[in-house]
Amino acid sequence: MTVAEGTELPPLTIEATPTFVVSTALATRDFQDVHHDRDSAVARGSKDIFLNILTDTGLVQRFVSEWAGPEALIRSVKIRLGVPCYAYDTLTFTGRVVSRTGNDVVVSVSGVDSLGEHVAGTVEVTLP
Amino acid sequence: MTIEEAAAAIAAQGESAPRLARDPVNQAMVNNWVEAIGDRNPVYTDPEYAAASVHKGLVAPPAMAQVWTMNGLHGTRADDDPLGAMMAVLDEAGFTSVVATNSEQTYHRYLRPGEHVAAATRLETVVGPKRTALGEGWFVTTRTTWSVGSEAVAEMVFRVLKFRPPAPKPPPAPVLRPVISRDTEFFWDGLREGELRIQRWGETLRHPPGPMPPDGSLDTKPDYVVASGRGTVYSFVVHHHPPVPGKELPFVVALVELEEGVRVMAELLDAAPEEVHIGLPVVAAFVRVDDDLTLPAWKVAR
Repeated sequence: MTVAEGTELPPLTIEATPTFVVSTALATRDFQDVHHDRDSAVARGSKDIFLNILTDTGLVQRFVSEWAGPEALIRSVKIRLGVPCYAYDTLTFTGRVVSRTGNDVVVSVSGVDSLGEHVAGTVEVTLP
Repeated sequence: MTIEEAAAAIAAQGESAPRLARDPVNQAMVNNWVEAIGDRNPVYTDPEYAAASVHKGLVAPPAMAQVWTMNGLHGTRADDDPLGAMMAVLDEAGFTSVVATNSEQTYHRYLRPGEHVAAATRLETVVGPKRTALGEGWFVTTRTTWSVGSEAVAEMVFRVLKFRPPAPKPPPAPVLRPVISRDTEFFWDGLREGELRIQRWGETLRHPPGPMPPDGSLDTKPDYVVASGRGTVYSFVVHHHPPVPGKELPFVVALVELEEGVRVMAELLDAAPEEVHIGLPVVAAFVRVDDDLTLPAWKVAR
């Protein structure tokens, strides 16, 4: 794999089914009702249950490490949150290498759903 | 104390006491996490692969750093948690809603099963008030450090927007809506534009508008004139009962003879029932209900 500034990562598509939203919330020990209880989410003004932040961090890490390989070392995951990702939406991650110094690479990542950009950020990773 | 002063006082308290995770880093929670997230990296789950890898043994996903110290289903914030203290200050000031905007995690090294992390948090900055799409609010930034013993293993800068949601618009007053047909559409269109339109068949004005001229001719086509809006009360009733949606009782309904010679019925808005009398001069008024409907009304010509 040749990695240089501008290298695009293969996109990753996540179907944010209710099972996905709930199981990731619980696996990240986030028990806030808006992530598993649709009635509560709607009562608080949301359309449905939605993904939690710890899951976004996990997904961004997964997206980059699936591209970089299992022995790449993730140094940081910095994300900025945009529109919600509600249950039944589809989240598509794209990314590109923005800089490379030796084996240290900075990747910019964007996760977009039907409402717009759900998450954007950068990941620092050391390639094996 | 201002919000800035409260923030300075909380920041001056420094870092909260380290809070130990409920459980040490363990395979069960890692397995749940990788299954849910869909991360198939074998360094987290396959002991043989992990032993032969750069890690020389199983490691936990770095993005789980925060997971280990989450409060859990029945958890509460620590008393010295600076984020909780700052949220309380902003709640008190009316900034009652919260949304996370940034999470920036840095991993100094991967954690291994059996290690027991603790988290400590300090308040970094409180910036505001800022106008945002969600409402006026303050950006509150904290820094959390995860440690094993005295060794810092991960850090997170976490920013939330604590905002005052805009007051919800009052629901539109319920109102009885007219049935609008092709014969009467011009009348309602006119009201929306501030015109009191009267149907005209040749030389003859007719109100209420209808599909046929007064003489029953099938050949004439209608158009309309715009009334001056000036007239006098020809007859009226004071409505006391029953209740009418969107109306305060009592109210006056007046049949007004326009100077064009036709009579139009509508509510008389600004007159006490006892001051209304036949012959009272009035002018047309227009009551906008919403984008689709404007109702005719009268006001006393004063």
